Amino acid sequence: MAVRSTITTLFQEVAREQQRQLAPLTDDLKLLQCGLDSLSFALIVARLEDALGYDPFDTAESFPVTFGDFVKLYEARASA
Amino acid sequence: MTLWDSVAGTAAPRGGALLGPARAVALASLAQASCLGDRLVALRGRTVIVAIRDQLTAAIALLELDGVAKRMVVCTPDLAPEHLPHVARSAQADTWLGDSESGSPPAAAGLDFALEADPTPQPCRVERRASCETEWVLLTSGTTGAPKLVAHTLASLTSALARQPAAAGQGAIPVWSTFYDIRRYGGLQIYLRALHAGSLVLSSAGEPTTDFLARAAAAGVTHISGTPSHWRKALMSGAAARFSPQYVRLSGEIADQGILDALRAAFPQAVVAHAYASTEAGVGFEVRDGRAGLPATLVGKSDNGVEIDVSQGTLRIRSPGNAAAYLGADAPALRDPEGFVDLGDRLELRDGRYYFVGRSGGIINVGGLKVHPEEVEAVINSHPRVRMSLVRSRRNPITGAIVAADVVLADAAGTSPEQAAGERIREEILAACRTTLAAHKVPAVIRFVPSLEMSASGKLVRPRA
Repeated sequence: MAVRSTITTLFQEVAREQQRQLAPLTDDLKLLQCGLDSLSFALIVARLEDALGYDPFDTAESFPVTFGDFVKLYEARASA
Repeated sequence: MTLWDSVAGTAAPRGGALLGPARAVALASLAQASCLGDRLVALRGRTVIVAIRDQLTAAIALLELDGVAKRMVVCTPDLAPEHLPHVARSAQADTWLGDSESGSPPAAAGLDFALEADPTPQPCRVERRASCETEWVLLTSGTTGAPKLVAHTLASLTSALARQPAAAGQGAIPVWSTFYDIRRYGGLQIYLRALHAGSLVLSSAGEPTTDFLARAAAAGVTHISGTPSHWRKALMSGAAARFSPQYVRLSGEIADQGILDALRAAFPQAVVAHAYASTEAGVGFEVRDGRAGLPATLVGKSDNGVEIDVSQGTLRIRSPGNAAAYLGADAPALRDPEGFVDLGDRLELRDGRYYFVGRSGGIINVGGLKVHPEEVEAVINSHPRVRMSLVRSRRNPITGAIVAADVVLADAAGTSPEQAAGERIREEILAACRTTLAAHKVPAVIRFVPSLEMSASGKLVRPRA
């Protein structure tokens, strides 16, 4: 749960900084339709690495497509 | 041989076309239609700033101008108007070619006259007669923010075409596409390949990745290129599942093993190739074995005239694809004394393979867009509380790299730097960066540190990777 709330907070923080309109973060929301661009995702992933101490993309076999996939990717590593 | 000669000889008879998001133009139709009409005569022998915004119109204009204009400066669609006088002066331009979206040339550019291209080719009698070898001038980002002008010929731009992948099956016409705008080197390569034999599906700024890939799939795209960052975004869109190209190319950034594996899994039927190319050096090589880096056997001189050297730790390329020169009054030399182009990409040999380990000039590549650390440091250092700063690259799985900054405050003695700074200074620095710099240049992370390492000569020690 902690991971999910950290992720949600960072999505909102970066959206605010980049002046982008963020769609409601439901699990089936497609990442590319959430209102953020690649640079925003890059910022989120970097800050998550600082906050959580890991970057699950370095071993990920596929790229997350939905917000739910994204959260799962981080939660899976947290519990690994 | 002009670009039109090669189109008329190969692509047009085979039904080639340029396909934009909203409209398409059959290449064969350009034998009796033009976006320039009678104006083509007035452009003969001129040095033309091609400022057309619409990509499809620009694609046609470049085709029409080759062999006609003396020199054409291919403006990128995001070129800031304040750089136009510098571009016009450096290229010694006399003519402006725009469209309805490009506005008129700034007076400071000092151009003799301005013309507007029609968005759709108008039927007319066209005499496609070559009177000169047109110089193609491409723009690439420079240290100060002003673009550098890089001069090519059609021959240097197309020198890698003989090495292009085989056409899609017997008699079938390859359908090319690219995430790049064709006015950047990576996109221009695909444009030239398509005109040589095939069709081209153009991307469109602002078009969602999902829509672009759906359009590419519907048009039957067989060959497609983009940066690793473009491809990561494509995989994140989920739209890749409904698309099955035969050839997937990565260039413009270093391809890591992660993105190569992900593309192999997403497109099991396709050749996944990563190419090393730059506006200045041209296309150096292409690697097709699905692995990051390049096999040591590529180093040296190859049959196609491309010579790759790594003896000085960085990748150097001497080839018919090299640009001729930078243009402008104070333009630096493009090649080193031995005739190689060295872009400062550092290599390391491990188990018979060279891997990219960063850039010696410290240039940061954020999703294919270059960032010069000094430019960002100058903005950070303008904050009254900052003594000095070091801007560096930080690895990122989405854009390859992001900008990170280490900042030393002027009056932090006695307290821990983070404490002294607090959120306020961080916010002020970021606000200053956001006002003056493009979004990808704004530091993603700012760390306050007690000091930065200096060399004996008093210069900041920059990380080597």
